[in-house]
Parts: sequence; structure tokens; C-alpha cells
Amino acid sequence: MNLKKVIKALNGELLTKDVNIDIDVTCAFGSDLISDILHCTKEPTLLLTGLTNPQVIRLADMIDLFGIVFVRGKRPTDEIIKMAAKRDLPLILTKFTLYKTSGILYNSGLASCKI
Amino acid sequence: MIMSEFWYYRESKEPEAKKFMENKPEPDYDLSYSIGERDFVNTGKASSEIKLALKRLGVDNTILRRVAIAVYEAEINVTAHSRGGNIIANIYDNCVHVVFKDNGPGMKDINQSMEPGFSTADEMIREMGFGAGLGLPNIKKNADVLHIESQEGANTFLELVIFYE
Repeated sequence: MNLKKVIKALNGELLTKDVNIDIDVTCAFGSDLISDILHCTKEPTLLLTGLTNPQVIRLADMIDLFGIVFVRGKRPTDEIIKMAAKRDLPLILTKFTLYKTSGILYNSGLASCKI
Repeated sequence: MIMSEFWYYRESKEPEAKKFMENKPEPDYDLSYSIGERDFVNTGKASSEIKLALKRLGVDNTILRRVAIAVYEAEINVTAHSRGGNIIANIYDNCVHVVFKDNGPGMKDINQSMEPGFSTADEMIREMGFGAGLGLPNIKKNADVLHIESQEGANTFLELVIFYE
């Protein structure tokens, strides 16, 4: 699923304006627990989360992330958006809950990452 | 107080890993970093730099991911649970050996801390998405050697080894 389509489906706001979003996203994972995210993502993944602290961006240094979708309208600070831009990591904001976000993307054909 | 110790060797790597731990040869080079108590802004930097150094050596992506996860979880542990400490990554042509030393206050029972779900994290740590009690199990899962020494009221020492093949 193209990331542009993801943004549209989630009625999302792209927070990182200058980062390339013409990319194909092959799977997604949703969690608010850092250890779970590290444990479960073995392939490039789109992360859905309500966490907005700097360590969420740092995760992208450890594992391969296509981008991060912040759910429940949780807006990260400008500092965090800058951290992501430096890493070419797309950040998207949606008002939907983690459950609704997951449901919409799953129904659109975006697979769960293999755990 | 009794010192508590934990050893783990991945079965498939045990002979070469034991030989390495017995000899501890001089590394090709090392990288060292300090970790600040509760410094959740900078923590993780050391882990990403160690990963990058190994990437430059041409280490395979699957291994890079294992190193990054194990080292990051351990770095977070020092940040979240200790009075700060340091990391030394010893880089070899066939493996990486990473040593963490903190300034206390130590662990009551290492075996209990190894159990998935056990955590002493407070609300602040949990709010940041940590404290699920999966840190040490995640380190063990990704390491070929894991050795921890600790004692309540004293320092914690953790070392891990990951081979590139």
C-alpha cells in the first residue's frame, strides 16, 4: 500500500513535509510498548503508536520503519519532527484510535507484520 | 549481601563463544560512551552508533538488527534503572563484545528480572513505553552470550557477545 494512500485512508496529516512519501508499505504493527515493537518487527514496518517521546524516533535507528503513524491525535513536538526529518522518516498524525487505524489499514489490504 | 550472577550461551555458538570468553583477545578497536541517569533524550545514541560502526564493516542486516535491539535494551536499562553508567563496545572481525557498567543500585534477584513481565519500572518509565518487563528477555533472545553480575546496593555489570555469522 502506498504511503500516500495510507495518509488519505486515515484522514491523516503529514508532519514531515520534505520527506519522500511515495513509498510502498508492506506491513504494519501497532503498539505502545517499546520492547514489544523491538521484539515483533523483523521486516520493514509501518509503526502505529500513541507514544510521542524521542525514543520512538530512536527506534527507527534500531529497526527498519517505513514511517510512524501517531494515533488518537497525539501530536509530537517540533523537536521530534526534526529528529524524524533528519532520518528521512515520514511522520503521520491521525485522530483515529489505534483500533480504528489498524482496522482501516487492514481492510485496505495492508498486512500485519510477521511476528 | 550475596552477589547474584547469570550466564547464558546460545547452544549453537557455545564452543566458540566459551573460547572467546576465556581468552578475551584484544579488540580491533573499541567505542565508549557514558549514559546519564534518566536521560531519555540522549539514550539510544550509543546503540545507534555501535550499529552504524558494524554496518560500515559490512555486517549482515539480520545481525545488525540483533545487535541494535540487545544493546538498546541494555542502554535503556542503565538509563531507566541506574544512577548512570557507561558502555564499551569491543569490535572484532568476527563478533562484537559490549560491556555495560552502572553506578548502582543493583538488582535484588537477576533470575527474577529475566522472567518476561517482571519489572520494577515506575510510572514515568512506563509512560514512555518502557517497563514491560521484556528488556532482559529481549537481550537474551538476541545475544549469543549474556553475562550479568549484580548485587543489591552495588553496581550491575552486563556483557554480551554477538557473532557476525
